[in-house]
Amino acid sequence: MSAARRCCLLRALAGFFVWRLRNTGIPQIPCRFVHLHRVANDRLITFQYFNFLKRMLQQLDQEKKVVYKISPVSPVHQSWSETSSRNELREVKSAAETEDSVIPVGGESREDRRWKEMKVQLDDLPGILARLSKIKLTALVVSTASAGFAMAPVPFELTCFLFTSLGTGLASCAANSINQFFEVPFDSNMNRTKNRPLVRGQISPLLAVCFAASCGIPGIALLTLGVNSLTGALGAFNIFLYTCCYTPLKRMSIANTWVGAVVGAIPPIMGWTAATGSLDAGALLLGGILYSWQFPHFNALSWGLREEYSRGGYCMMSVTHPGLCRRVALHHCFALIGLSTVAPVLDITTWTFPIISLPINLYISYLGFRFYRDADRSSSRKLFFCSLWHLPMLLLVMFTCKKSVLEKEDKGDLRGGSHEMALEIRLP
Amino acid sequence: PPAHSHSDWIGPPDKHSNLRPIIFYVPPEESALERRLREARQEAQASNQRFWARHNRAFRQEKEEFIYSRLKAKGLEMRDESGQKATLNAEEMAEFYKDFLTKNFKKHLQYNRDWYKRNFRITFLMGQVALVRALRWLRRRKKSVEQ
Repeated sequence: MSAARRCCLLRALAGFFVWRLRNTGIPQIPCRFVHLHRVANDRLITFQYFNFLKRMLQQLDQEKKVVYKISPVSPVHQSWSETSSRNELREVKSAAETEDSVIPVGGESREDRRWKEMKVQLDDLPGILARLSKIKLTALVVSTASAGFAMAPVPFELTCFLFTSLGTGLASCAANSINQFFEVPFDSNMNRTKNRPLVRGQISPLLAVCFAASCGIPGIALLTLGVNSLTGALGAFNIFLYTCCYTPLKRMSIANTWVGAVVGAIPPIMGWTAATGSLDAGALLLGGILYSWQFPHFNALSWGLREEYSRGGYCMMSVTHPGLCRRVALHHCFALIGLSTVAPVLDITTWTFPIISLPINLYISYLGFRFYRDADRSSSRKLFFCSLWHLPMLLLVMFTCKKSVLEKEDKGDLRGGSHEMALEIRLP
Repeated sequence: PPAHSHSDWIGPPDKHSNLRPIIFYVPPEESALERRLREARQEAQASNQRFWARHNRAFRQEKEEFIYSRLKAKGLEMRDESGQKATLNAEEMAEFYKDFLTKNFKKHLQYNRDWYKRNFRITFLMGQVALVRALRWLRRRKKSVEQ
């Protein structure tokens, strides 16, 4: 192959990979930091894509037919700037679309059409394991557990808190990995999940199971030995509930949604028991709030996925019992208001909590009512997106309205009102 | 996949089944255990492919028929004046989705059972193969250290 052709090939590939790395390396976060992230990524691309190019060229040396197919596309510009590479890509894409080539053209869809070697690439492994363990969901689970820990009426202990968070995170990683291990053919058939690591063959099932075991066992051990046995038991029970009950039940009965809601409610209970060592009313209340939250969240989400669930064979309320789906979501929005009112009764928060949280609870109930009445895509999306910010805000408000430990001790010890006041003034 | 490669290759998703086909590498000195693993994986792949290709095709077909019958009942054609394909709204389609799911419920239960059994068996065999390979590698290292 001539040197000139090789040069053009190199430049074409460089352009494609600049475009590809720019677009595939960035997670789908709808926030303004994405712009800054993109700028930062541009610097990194120069190091990454040279290594990538090296690897691709080694492969291409063997795939001779690929090289010949690139020649009709070779009249490509020499500049490596952003805009021109995008133009190149558009030209090439239109040219390549007509022929069924094996060219590693930029863009996720083209990359997807290639045959890939099923060998574990060590530098990709952290990213693959992050996706296997659904790291973002794990982070949310850990934050609900920390919320449970923070709401417990005991002085804050940092080591206990860290152990709880780490243990819960590891347990969640394990549960998510096993869930993906069980669901490979179903995930391949749904748009939302078809890019998971096991579906794409980036990792073997054996490795997924080993990873799950190596996360789950230390996680539960950490919770049992480092925190207390009740939290460890709850963690183990939650993993079992998620992997052995919820996952198979998804394809057998609509009861899976209720089981899934319990799975979501257990982490804050774990946080509470980690702090206090016992399962009291406060833990159950926090668990109850999260349990009720799951319904508007999930039912709204599943409303837009009815076709995929139907084809994939998933038994979801939104498909088989749509009326029930909307009713349950609405009822649980109301339940959230009720539970927020019960919180001060149980001495977990002050009475300002139900008052401050009333607006957001009323708003989600209103959206729940709109979803119940209209039952269309826009109301379901509104409800879903509201649930995403509703929960963190509710937990934050709850934390700020938390009844101080000192206040409670005073109220318990002293009877005289004036005496109380004197003490309260003294303490900061 | 290139001829010299020593690993399996996975391809793009199949048009009908959405599953990714795997081309298995057959090493020259394949042990009986490794052969059992490879055959189990091939069999699972073939069975999955058959099931999902048929299932998805049935879905698409029945969906078309449903849309056609509903449009006919409403007195509309499949394509309107501009040549665009006429579709039903989400609420009307929901009835079809519900029917399809209930109709195929037993089929899915059977498939689930099969899939779980196959998945466990394959992963267990993978574990055995990995263990045997690791022991072999350790034995070879011991021999080379002794020498």
